[in-house]
Amino acid sequence: MDASVKRESLEAMRVFDLASTPLRELNSALHAIAPGTNDTNFEVVNPRGSHAVAVGIDQPVTVNVRGSVGYYCAGMNDGGTVTVHGSAGPGVAENMMSGTVVIEGDASQYAGATGRGGLLVIKGNAASRCGISMKGIDIVVHGSIGHMSAFMGQSGHLVVLGDAGDALGDSLYEAKLFVRGSVKSLGADCIEKEMRPEHLKKLAELLDRAGVKNVRPEEFKRYGSARKLYNFNIDNADAY
Amino acid sequence: MTYHNPFTPPRKSATFDDFTLAEIRRAAATGIYDIRGAGTKRKVPHFDDLLFLGASISRYPLEGYREKCDTSVVLGTRYAKKPIHLKIPITIAGMSFGALSGPAKEALGRGATISGTSTTTGDGGMTDEERGHSETLVYQYLPSRYGMNPKDLRRADAIEVVVGQGAKPGGGGMLLGQKISDRVANMRNLPKGIDQRSACRHPDWTGPDDLEIKIMELREITDWEKPIYVKVGGARPYYDTALAVKAGADVVVLDGMQGGTAATQDVFIENVGMPTLACIRPAVQALQDLGMHRKVQLIVSGGIRSGADTAKALALGADAVAIGTAALVAIGDNDPKWEDEYRKLGTTAGAYDDWHEGKDPAGITTQDPELMQRVDPVAAGRRLANYLKVMTLEAQTIARACGKNHLHNLEPEDLCALTMEAAAMAQVPLAGTSWYPGKGGF
Repeated sequence: MDASVKRESLEAMRVFDLASTPLRELNSALHAIAPGTNDTNFEVVNPRGSHAVAVGIDQPVTVNVRGSVGYYCAGMNDGGTVTVHGSAGPGVAENMMSGTVVIEGDASQYAGATGRGGLLVIKGNAASRCGISMKGIDIVVHGSIGHMSAFMGQSGHLVVLGDAGDALGDSLYEAKLFVRGSVKSLGADCIEKEMRPEHLKKLAELLDRAGVKNVRPEEFKRYGSARKLYNFNIDNADAY
Repeated sequence: MTYHNPFTPPRKSATFDDFTLAEIRRAAATGIYDIRGAGTKRKVPHFDDLLFLGASISRYPLEGYREKCDTSVVLGTRYAKKPIHLKIPITIAGMSFGALSGPAKEALGRGATISGTSTTTGDGGMTDEERGHSETLVYQYLPSRYGMNPKDLRRADAIEVVVGQGAKPGGGGMLLGQKISDRVANMRNLPKGIDQRSACRHPDWTGPDDLEIKIMELREITDWEKPIYVKVGGARPYYDTALAVKAGADVVVLDGMQGGTAATQDVFIENVGMPTLACIRPAVQALQDLGMHRKVQLIVSGGIRSGADTAKALALGADAVAIGTAALVAIGDNDPKWEDEYRKLGTTAGAYDDWHEGKDPAGITTQDPELMQRVDPVAAGRRLANYLKVMTLEAQTIARACGKNHLHNLEPEDLCALTMEAAAMAQVPLAGTSWYPGKGGF
């Protein structure tokens, strides 16, 4: 990078040290960004497991968090690019609308819960209930995921390069699940489905966007809803 | 000698009464339990079992129609930068677009706005019409998160985190496929025509410690502007209220078992949860024990029908009440003018409770385009405003008779109870005594 350009970008970057600055100042600054402004680079240092870091972003800002965060980091993100250079607590990127959230480490439970759009990439493992009630978000986990993941998932894609825990996709609606490793068990109404060309194409796109190298879409299995529980039927009551 | 056995009329069992027998036969024929709305239909101790004492030599009344009796209430004074100011302490409870038709939601917004009070979204998100017609709109944050998004959070006037509701504390819900129109399906990110489950637990928090962080997140997203309510069903009101306060709620909404605007199993409605009357004093006690009474406001709902009910709830310590079923009736639900059509559905006006099936002749609990046209939102909104005005005048009349220049000045000492049960639940003396069950000195 040209030295002058580098200096300019550093000058434009705003740094928030959460060891000395209240969280409110960070989120307030993120919400004060006017559309079209160039002042969109944020650096957060010493997050020290703080909750609700960089929540409610509604502009295409870039936030780099240097360390691990607590609950709900990047909650309801709408257009921002948030990278956590550490691990994330429960509910990271919950209800994300659009944008990208990358966790360089591991993520705790409920990662991407109810997300409606955007891309969540977890480079480590994700705990239980990853993608619970997902409504359009795309989630790519480089490692493995815990039990009850994608529970009641409505739409979007969950891609897992490692293994999945118990009851994957329980009570699934139309979310599409791709797992490369083993699945300990499938939840109610979740079945393995045929991997068709359109699925391979979508999977290749997601792997590319998530920075996954040297992994082929053909290595995955696809899981989806059997759609037997879509309308209440008393004869299915013992499925639960 | 011939013995003539005197005639004795057939005697039916009190335990196995006609309704019980019919339910057994229905269950045997269908293999499925009954699902319905309209809240508990059994008789439970209620506000009817309380009376106001009125002024006498020891109390000085205010002049009706002349001396002021304030009805305003401010909600969200604990943390919110922008608390809600309402002219009357009667709000409209959460009912979803999806469960209710668009015109019905619009009517609720119009009526509430005329009256200077708030209305509330429901499971399914916020519609533009609802926002546009509601001057003060509370946005529910529900386990399903159907339609939840940050833009609507920011354009709401308050946020209500729903933990439970009176009709079914501990239960989720199901919006049946026949009510899932294209628009409802789109708002909920689901295919048209399938049953939509509303979860009983939130997907990303469990317990009061998590709730505290969740509330903090919602405050951060909305820059600490919006009052945050926590709504609980009438289960363990003392502890639920205390935990909601601990978690950072600005307002606690407490919904007793008469709360009617959720469809669920009849067995659930009739057998889970506590009557509204039994919930208020423990909740108020929790607020008082924490030094938060009147600082964290308490909204009580479940079976509120009149200004008298409102005044009694406030006298027991609530800051406001919410109405659901009564508001639906005011805009036309169960109106006898549709009796012929109710009969075709196997019911009668006043008893229709299959609100989840989408066949409502009144056009309120439906997504059928033809049926919903029966609701004129302007006229129905006016009816709701009229009803709210009557409720308010009734409450003021009682408060003045008790010598109070604000509805919030009503107090338990203004009340007596007609039954032992009501005396115990409301902790006010049995009429003619100075005693209630649980109080020493009898």
